[in-house]
Order: sequence, then structure tokens, then C-alpha cells
Amino acid sequence: MPFACIYVPNFSMAAALRAEPELQARPVAILEGKPPLEKIIAVNEKAGASGITPGIPKAQGELCTELALRSRSPLQESSAHAALLDCAQSFSPCVEDSAPDTVFLDLAGMESLLGSLPEISRAISTRAAALGLQANVAVASNPDAALVAARGFPGITLLTAGKEAAHLGPLPVEVLFADRLEGDQRKEADRLLETLDRWGIRNLRSLAALPEVSLSERLGQEGLRLQRLARGAASRTLVPVEVPLVFEEAVELDHPITLLEPLAFLLNRLLEQLCARLGSRALATQELRLTLELETYSSSSASQLKNNFVRTLRLPLPMLDAKVFLKLLQLDLNAHPPGAPIIKIHLAAEPARPRSAQGGLFLPPSPEPEKLELTLARIAGMVGEHKVGALELLDTHHPEGFRMRRFVAEVARRVPQKQNPDAAQAASAITALRRFRPPLRATVTLENGQPMHLVCNKKEVKGEVLWKAGPWRFSGDWWEREAWSRDEWDIALKTGEAIALYRLVHDLFAGCWFVEGTYD
Amino acid sequence: MSSAVISTSAATRRPFLFDAEATDANEHCHPERSGQCAKRIARGVEGTLSLPDSRLAGVTPASRLEIRPAPEMVPSGIAAIDALTGGLPRGCLTEICGPASSGRTTLLLAALAAATHRGEFCAVVDASDALDPHSVNAAGVDLDGLLWVRCGESSRKLTQQQRKRENRETRTNPSEHRLEQVLRATDLLLESGGFGLIVLDLADLSPQDARRVPLTTWFRFRRAIEHTPTILLAIEHQPIAGSCSSLLLQLGSQAESEPAREPSHSQLLTQLDISAELIRSRIDRKPARSVKFATKTAWAG
Repeated sequence: MPFACIYVPNFSMAAALRAEPELQARPVAILEGKPPLEKIIAVNEKAGASGITPGIPKAQGELCTELALRSRSPLQESSAHAALLDCAQSFSPCVEDSAPDTVFLDLAGMESLLGSLPEISRAISTRAAALGLQANVAVASNPDAALVAARGFPGITLLTAGKEAAHLGPLPVEVLFADRLEGDQRKEADRLLETLDRWGIRNLRSLAALPEVSLSERLGQEGLRLQRLARGAASRTLVPVEVPLVFEEAVELDHPITLLEPLAFLLNRLLEQLCARLGSRALATQELRLTLELETYSSSSASQLKNNFVRTLRLPLPMLDAKVFLKLLQLDLNAHPPGAPIIKIHLAAEPARPRSAQGGLFLPPSPEPEKLELTLARIAGMVGEHKVGALELLDTHHPEGFRMRRFVAEVARRVPQKQNPDAAQAASAITALRRFRPPLRATVTLENGQPMHLVCNKKEVKGEVLWKAGPWRFSGDWWEREAWSRDEWDIALKTGEAIALYRLVHDLFAGCWFVEGTYD
Repeated sequence: MSSAVISTSAATRRPFLFDAEATDANEHCHPERSGQCAKRIARGVEGTLSLPDSRLAGVTPASRLEIRPAPEMVPSGIAAIDALTGGLPRGCLTEICGPASSGRTTLLLAALAAATHRGEFCAVVDASDALDPHSVNAAGVDLDGLLWVRCGESSRKLTQQQRKRENRETRTNPSEHRLEQVLRATDLLLESGGFGLIVLDLADLSPQDARRVPLTTWFRFRRAIEHTPTILLAIEHQPIAGSCSSLLLQLGSQAESEPAREPSHSQLLTQLDISAELIRSRIDRKPARSVKFATKTAWAG
């Protein structure tokens, strides 16, 4: 029964590099502690080569001018851990969340689906790299052997069943205590390591070869457990977890951002990470929620306040394209700027099943949803959010009884309607009204209660009324404060050489006359 | 009798065809050089005829040159217009002009209804925010398939500085600002692609304002829709796209100019009589002709 272990060495550093991939080319150190007592807790290889070691104070690290110092970020680490779980979940439903940097997978039965164990291991490693994590992957017949191998060997390791002890033999005994980093556990680990060192036991092969009874007499059950681990013979069952479908990425900024351009760079990174995570779970998103923590100062005192600026991007269809999301967020932020320096960015995606669309040779053309969404956002930025979209008539007799709603190019709904061609040809076209928005205020001369002459601020719409029909009385919403009552007239006026037909309205409440539109 | 003579182009060194009669005519025009010409042509003929067949393989006779296929015509939704023009051409710009109450919007809505019934998505870029939703519904347009872009003053939230700038722009020339929005929105929609019909409603713009649209813009629009199934329809007061439009229709009303004698309450606006004249068609090169049709009001039954 094969198990895989995904282990991310130097996890806090890996989380920082995942958030800022451009730091990989530079020496980097992670700081922890309250200023001014901050200490370096993790360094990358380049920093190690420059003589920076964990445990030295920040001031000493700053002597290295090239060193990039970053504070430890629990937000980044939790995002990296969520990404690690997503990576594991994309290969097996049975996943154990053992530590922030370690995840176990049960690979039983996966070979027929995903290929041989070496192929699965490579795929896991590639997927983890795509999610921004350089992980060690080990596959063994039991979880503990896989864990020891993942901690001890870089890259991909496959332990043949029954030969675990031989494979793990060269590893130093410190591998067994890698998870005991703090407090009493650390002290206990140091004591055991000192004892083993005094005995001359420096690798797992030596520990595995010790007689069990003698080891038990000297180190107790803990000694026997360590020996079983060294032999790769420990056995336990996985404790699977239900990985929640929470897709969130966040970044805390050392220096506040005031411009949208640098914000776009950070958003791009977060969106790429989110899309990679959603993609690994075969999901898309229909809603993106951007929360920006802003740095503001109260006018009365110089104290710094924090308030959140939230923008929600709702999409008509599930999508998974980081570039489209970035452009949409940029357009949205251009229209609604945050208004204060940004100190923290939090981006969450609501997962949704990806849309499935079957194209057809004989289907009419339709806009690509991603392109259309960008186009609509750009047009909305130009003409206004509520001035672009599809029409929806309201259940009212009010002449302007409609509202704008989001335009969705859903191909599935649009089936060509079969119409009898003869009937279509025979039907007359319906005379359309063109509205003047706002209606043109008019001065009307009446004769026997009927309009005879019209003067309007639009120069074409004035003159003698040649023909008139009406009045047609309409009223509605009398139970509301916005009650309306009006008389409508259809009139003909001479405009230049031609005659034009207009709708003239007498507002009975306000007593005003308006030209509402022209029949065209 | 006309016979083809094969010669070789000096620039490309590829054989091309010309007519022997033309060389005869040359001979008559320049008698002093005729002997030299005849010798040169004879050498050319001999040399070319001696060429192996493989050299002639790349030559495309003029009769077999590729002819641009005629665009697909789709119904406009009004039978009389279809009889006049054959429908609306896909991948082309169609202009519909006319004064107020000439039936431009009615034709526009009929085309939208026909397109949405075919299952296509349509867009209306409305320069004057003049579309009447109830007329759209009465015309039988599928509202789910229609994108309406209402140009005019922006209603978005702006900072004080942006608001001042925008106000300054719109106050100085609102129609120019509006026209700019129309052109940018149309550009974006054409770039997005996938629409069966895109309508530019410039009907309420004055001819002076509408003529501000440069010809290069119309040329760009025409190139953008070429070889696509999109129909670009512009309704306006006077033709403005010049030779970029493939079809140009002039509409006019047949309303009576005599004042009516009957009491107003006994009259009812039931129909508009429209005349449509085909001014120009690149697809069907036939002389200008016209048709008449009537449109009925929604309440006429």
C-alpha cells in the first residue's frame, strides 16, 4: 500500500519565496521577533553561502548589503500550506495534514488512474513547483518511512518495499528529530541526540543495527520508536482530512502602496497563485473578493487607523484566467480607487465548477465570455456601470419601466427559434419610438384644449401641429409617492421638407408639457 | 482571331500572358520599330515555348484568379427591404439614412428581432440613449440577446478632479464626447467579436457632428468585420461612411402634409408609410430602385 509524503524544506523561506519569486536570485533571510530584538530564523542557500546563519540578530544580517530581509508572515505560510494541501488533494482524496510543511497521501489504487509510482511522484513534484513550492516527494510502503525519506533526500525518492532500511541507512539521525524545533521537545531531542552521539550512532543504519532489548533498557519506548523509524518499519494509518474549498491569498506590505501600477504586479502574482490552486482542484471561480487594508490617519490625532476597502467582482460565468481577472480588477480599481495607501492585500475566490460548453458547426456566433467580460468592463468604465447591459422590462405601465442588467452571452440558452418564413414575411414591422432622454420641455399653445402650436428647446421640434391624435390618458403607481398621471398626444410637425411624428405628453401633476420622443 | 502570347517579365522572370492583337496594334502605331518588336516577340515566344512545362506550372491564368466571394445575405426582418436589397450583408457595413420619422429605428428593430431569432447576439451602441425598451420588446427582439450601450454622460463615481475634467470636456462639446464614446465602444465590440449584428445609432446626431467621424474610422470598422459573420449597421441622418459602406439605403416617410380635419380623439396613429431607396450596393450592382412599405403601431392590433 504505497504512501507519498510531500515535504517543503525550510517552509517559512519557501512561503516567502512563493510570495516573492523574484527573491530567488538573491540571498534572503527571514526575521522573527519584536523590534529591535529580531533574529534571523531561516536563510536560503545564497544567504548561507554569504555567511548568514539562522539565529544571528537582524543588525548583524544587515551588514550583508545584498541580503533581503523579510519578516515571517503567518498569512503567507497559511497560503503556502493551503497550496500544499491543494496539490495533495489533486492526486488523492485521502490526505493527511500532518504539519504546515508536511502532507501525506494515500496512493492506493492511484496507479491505474495516474500512472506508475515514479510518474505520480514526478507529477506531484511538478504540480508543487507550479504552485510555487519546491517540495521533496518520497513514496514508501508506510507513511513514516516516506516522511523520513522526504526529510532526508532532496527531490523525488522511491523506497522499494522491504528495502527501506537499506535506503534510509545513510541518513543522519538528526532527520528523526526534524519536527522537534521548539520548547521541551527540542530539549528532549537534544538530549537523545547527545546520547546517540556519545554512543557513536550518527546515521540511521547504525541506529537500526542496535539490539532492541539493550536499546529499550537505555532509551525506553522512545528508543524503540526511533529504531523502527530508522528501519522504515513503523506502521500507522493515515488520518485523512477534508480539505476545505477555501481559496485565499494574501500579502502584507512592508511599505504602503499608493499607485495602482505596483498594486497590479502584486495582484497578478496573487491571481496566478489562486488560479493555479483552483486549476489543481479542477475548479474555476465566479466571484473574486479583493480586500485592501488601507492606512489612514485620523484628522484629530496623528494616530494611524486601519480600514478595509472591499471590491467584489462577480462574473456571469465561471472563469479561470489570471490575465482576465487582473484586467477586470484593474478596470474596477480605476473606476473605484481605494483612496488611501494600501498595507495589506487579501484576495479570495469563490470556487465554482468550470463551465462546460459544446461548440457546434451550425450554432450562431457568440462572444467569448472572457473577452466579452473585459469588453463590457472597459465600456462600463467609459459610459458608466449602469449604462451598459441587457434590458429587463419591469412589471409596470410606467413608460420608462425597465432596468439594466448584466449581459450574459450564454450560448446554451440561445437556440435559433424556428419561425415560419411566410408568417415572418407577412408580419408588419412595429413602428418604433425614439425617446428623448431627458424629455424635451415644450411650450404648447392650446385651442379648445388641443395642442395647436409647439415651441421646444430643440430647434427641429417646433411649429404648427399639422395632425394630432389624443389625448390618451395614462396613470399609475398612485399608491406610491412616485405616482404619475399624464395625457399623451401623437402629433405631426413639419421639420424642414419632411413631416415628423412626435409623442407629446402633458404631465397632469406638474402641469408641464414634454416631447417624449419621435416615432421613427 | 485572338491568341495568347507568352513572354517573361524582366522584374520577376516569371512568364505572363498578353494578347497578340495588342502587339499587332503596336506594329501599326510604330512602323519604324515594328521589325525589331516582331523579332523580339518572336524570340520571346520561341524561348518561352521551349521552356519545360514545370516553369509554367506557377502561372495562374487571369480567368482562374480568385474572386472575392459574395457576402452572405441575411433577412433584414422586413420583406420589402429584403426584396430590394436581398437582405443585409454579413461582414459588411450597411448605412441606413433618413430624417426623423422615416422608419430607420423600425428597420433597426426589425433587423435586431430577426438576428436574435436566429440565435445571434446583437449590440446597439446608442449615441443618444434613444432606444425605447417597450418598442424593442414589441418588435419581438429577444432581450437576453441584446447588449445596449447607452452613450452620453458617464454615471460612474469619479474623484473631484476627474469630475471637473469630464465636465469640462462634456460642456465644451457634449456631442463630440458622445461620439468618441460611440466609436470607442464600437471598436471594443468589434474587437471582442462574436456578435451577429452591431448597430451604431447615430440617428439623433446632427449631420455636422456625424461628419466628424473620420473616414479612416469607417475604413477600420469595415476591415474589422471583413471575413467575419458580423453585420455592422449604422443609422444616421445623412450618409457619412462614403465608399466604406457596402449597402446604402435612404428612407423617407410618406406622411400627408395636409392638416387633418377630424377631431383629434377620433383619430389614431396606426401606421407609418415608409419609402426605401437603394442608393448604393456593392453586392448587387443594379440601378437605384425603391420600395414602399408600412409599419404599424404596437396598439394598432
